[in-house]
Amino acid sequence: MIRCNHVVQNDKLGDPGYEESLAAFEARIAHGDKVEAGDWMPDAYRRQLIRLIHVHANSEICGALPEGGWIPHAPNLKRKLALIAKVQDEVGHAQLLYRAAETLGKSREEMVEELISGKAKYSNVFHYHAETWADVATISWLIDAGAIVNQRMMAEGSYGPYGRALKRICYEEAFHLTHGYDMCITLAGGTKKQHDMLQDALNRWWKPIMMFHGPSDKESRHNEILMKWQVKLKSNDEQRQEFLRQYVPKIYELGLTIPEEWNLRLDEDTGDWHYTEPDWAEFLSVVRGNGPASALRLRTRKMAHVEGAWVREALEVAARDERMPVSVN
Amino acid sequence: MKKTFASPDSVSGESRDALIDLIYRLADDDLILGHRNSVWTGLAPILEADIAMSSLAQDEIGQAVAYYRLLHDLGEPDPDTLAFTRSAQDYRCASLTLLDRGDWAFSTVRQYFYDVYKTHRLASLSDGTYAPLAQLARKVRGEQKYHMMHSRMWVSRLGDATDESRERMQRSVDTLYGHALGLFEPTPFEQIIADHGFCTTESGLFETWRDEVHSMLDHAGLTIPGDVTPKHGGRRGQHLPELQLLLDEMQQVYRLEPTAQW
Ligand SMILES: [Fe+2]
Ligand SMILES: [Fe+2]
Repeated sequence: MIRCNHVVQNDKLGDPGYEESLAAFEARIAHGDKVEAGDWMPDAYRRQLIRLIHVHANSEICGALPEGGWIPHAPNLKRKLALIAKVQDEVGHAQLLYRAAETLGKSREEMVEELISGKAKYSNVFHYHAETWADVATISWLIDAGAIVNQRMMAEGSYGPYGRALKRICYEEAFHLTHGYDMCITLAGGTKKQHDMLQDALNRWWKPIMMFHGPSDKESRHNEILMKWQVKLKSNDEQRQEFLRQYVPKIYELGLTIPEEWNLRLDEDTGDWHYTEPDWAEFLSVVRGNGPASALRLRTRKMAHVEGAWVREALEVAARDERMPVSVN
Repeated sequence: MKKTFASPDSVSGESRDALIDLIYRLADDDLILGHRNSVWTGLAPILEADIAMSSLAQDEIGQAVAYYRLLHDLGEPDPDTLAFTRSAQDYRCASLTLLDRGDWAFSTVRQYFYDVYKTHRLASLSDGTYAPLAQLARKVRGEQKYHMMHSRMWVSRLGDATDESRERMQRSVDTLYGHALGLFEPTPFEQIIADHGFCTTESGLFETWRDEVHSMLDHAGLTIPGDVTPKHGGRRGQHLPELQLLLDEMQQVYRLEPTAQW
């Protein structure tokens, strides 16, 4: 495990020399430099990044659950192999991200504890059930597409270790998107039952998808400082717009519709999509653990964690044991 | 020097039936165990183990597909049809592979028993006389080397680490040993298979398996249960009820629209 190796030094407002260090830090960022693990950074920057990376890591590991549940049911061998590989990638993303957060001084154990105790958040979309196989296709295509919009942007952010992890993650997400799109094309062009399954999945998933990039810029508390420190380069609404511009036409191309109540219409002059504003109070309630699948997700993560405790303990003991005859990797 | 069989056309009659039965056993073991192992994806005790288990499941299912292709070349249905439309009695997997995943110790011990079996099976197949199968076996051996190393590492780490790990591992050895013996269930084709040089006999395989497993478990501080009856039946299509449940789960979406593309 990576141990926190930063020396906390006058990194809070009011500390001696803070203003000067902050000015130098902000100048570096404005210049396009990346911040590295051991560099001086404002405490607020560190906290925001830990919060973001932690939420992101949790989302990857919780995101493995709705699709993972469908691995045993994948309808042919090619889909079965692709789905296992996809969910495995998501677990790998969690691993990379926990590592990136550890460079900022928070241990994986702490992060996992906070996740299973319900204290730490994860993406709104994984608080919903994957009810049918078409949900798996929809998630793989559109949720991964939404994630790519977000992560490509975040990958250019100012914190080096997070950006590098995200570049690798985006590379794999692109495969997930292709796999998901291919499943959607197959279902959309398949039998009536398959097409209806997909439409039904899209109807149910559209709300979480519209909420995926987070509260409207009018409501978001975190945006301003994150953009100043170039942790985030686009606002939530900008990301949502980018997603809609790219994917709404593709959804229509497949002969699918988006539920009426969203009043999606294209502004021909600007190319922007207008839509009914999501209910952000509902979004907040969902990410606080009141979504339809929130309790199940936490219960599953907790169960996996508790049932694996003896293994982790045994591995620690075995690692100290020099009689170990075989080692791998 | 035994006669070799270069292609599907070169085997016929009872030797063809024997060869087909042998490949069904190989394919079904891998598919069913791969299916069981894949369920760990996202749920394993540590992220690193999760990723490794998932790779293992993918390798096993991928290898099953390769064996099903050999069967298809021998005139059997295509891989998806074989995996998604057969009924339980048509499967030739051993009971070891189809039991539910249990705890991590159960999956670890099962995997170890299976990997030792598979390692020796592949060694024999690699020298076998049916060229397409020997070729595939040589390729699979490369992957299998890592699986074997990984399995040994887990048994050795968990067998003797804490009281709890030792106790859980021993319980799994006790439960699974009879099922592992079922891997070597004699079949009516055994003599033909050996005579034609497709693969060695089940009893021959068992001896090498037993020697290796016993010395490893001994080393890991685990005991082989005495007087165990082998759990036979799987190689004849007589399965525990778990297989039907597994197939219902596996074929659930497929059955919604069996003639469609998915
Ligand atoms: Fe991911
Ligand atoms: Fe993904």
